[in-house]
Amino acid sequence: MQSKFTSYMSIVLLLVVLLCIGCSAPAATVNVSAAASLTDVIGEVNALYQKEHSNVTITSNFAASGVLQQQIENGAPVDVFISASPKQIDALQSKGLIVEGTQKDLLCNKVVLIVPGDSTLDIKSFNDLTGDAVKKVSIGDPDSVPAGQYARDILNQFDIMETLKPKLVLAGNVRQVLQYVESSNVDAGIVFLTDARISKSVKVVADAPYEINKKVVYPVALIKTGKDMASASAYEAFLFSEEAGAIFDKYGFTVIK
Amino acid sequence: MDSLLSPLWISLSTVFTATVITFFAGIAVARWMARYEGRLRNFIDGILILPLVLPPTVVGLGLLMLFGKNGPMGQLLLLFGTTVVFSWPATVITATVVSFPLMYMNARGAFEQVDISIENAARTLGASEWRTFWSVTLPLAWPGVAAGAVMAFARAIGEFGATLMLAGYIPGKTATLPVAIYFAVQDGDMHQALVLVVIVLIIVFISLSALAYFKGKTYKAITI
Repeated sequence: MQSKFTSYMSIVLLLVVLLCIGCSAPAATVNVSAAASLTDVIGEVNALYQKEHSNVTITSNFAASGVLQQQIENGAPVDVFISASPKQIDALQSKGLIVEGTQKDLLCNKVVLIVPGDSTLDIKSFNDLTGDAVKKVSIGDPDSVPAGQYARDILNQFDIMETLKPKLVLAGNVRQVLQYVESSNVDAGIVFLTDARISKSVKVVADAPYEINKKVVYPVALIKTGKDMASASAYEAFLFSEEAGAIFDKYGFTVIK
Repeated sequence: MDSLLSPLWISLSTVFTATVITFFAGIAVARWMARYEGRLRNFIDGILILPLVLPPTVVGLGLLMLFGKNGPMGQLLLLFGTTVVFSWPATVITATVVSFPLMYMNARGAFEQVDISIENAARTLGASEWRTFWSVTLPLAWPGVAAGAVMAFARAIGEFGATLMLAGYIPGKTATLPVAIYFAVQDGDMHQALVLVVIVLIIVFISLSALAYFKGKTYKAITI
């Protein structure tokens, strides 16, 4: 009987200790969902933020903006959402999920046509993609990937969308497009300039038309499902600071003043 | 309507082709392994069953490395002027690789169940190995072999991870039912996703009913 009592008490004690460990950190957490193209740059921005605010933990979640939008619509506890296109945030706005007054345009980016670094096909423009030598082209899935949306707009503007359809390999996010081109499994791809800069084994051969590039805006907003409004606001403000601006600049993004 | 029929058609043609290949390859290898007594038996068995236990993404990566631009099979195919990555044949390759272990295991189990003295009786009566196999071994092993084919079919229909990696998402060419469902969900098109899910459920239900039918039949020894 004695040993049964002691073993019950030790289990209770163990649970109490574990509970205390779980509760001991009064740190604030900010959950950030950001577009896949922001993976490296936001990673660095977050590291800087955490260094300057040691009581805040930032958890980041990177995926295609359409996927992130869906997660939020289904109740994911996200504090800050940075999308690669206004479309996803507008959709959340119409569902009443954006905190009033927190939506701001953060960055601009450019869409480019890339080919594998060792490509011998003479691709110099979007129109060259219709040539017989080009067998496969990758773009993001236009319905959920902003880079894919912009790619579809470009192909429609050049009126080559229908011709290219059989050659298109759709990807779940823009970084996958980049990887397909890097591995030479496709002959060309349409990604953001900032993605092309990350990779050493692709080369940029053309820029998107000006009318399309000027529409490429990354808005940021606070989400109602978030848990910590104060910390989230502070983080959003930091994104517009000089220090964050320098990091965005380094990766090739244009900060909107 | 086109976006409903297209994945269905692609899945059916992929899985039918893959099941035919797996059926014959599985029987051949199972027949050999059932009577193989060599020391490498367990090792070879392990390799043949590997795609069943590995995560599909690992299988996909392995196939990608094999058939990609820098892989041995990929380089060989380039000599003939073709690539398999991001094409319909890739869906057949992944479906075959993942369904093979199921066909192999079932067929082998069935062949091992066949009483060897009956086979030997056929041999003493002058039947060639080929004739013994077709007229004696295979009919006796048939329920297990057929069950293996049905399981291979069901596994092939459900193949997703490796298919996405090797064949990619090309609507109208390589978008099988599971891949189409995945992207329908990603695009927020729940209606499309649900319709495709129901189609998959119907197909799987039919194949499981077929499986139950074959499992119910077992041929015991032939009594003379």
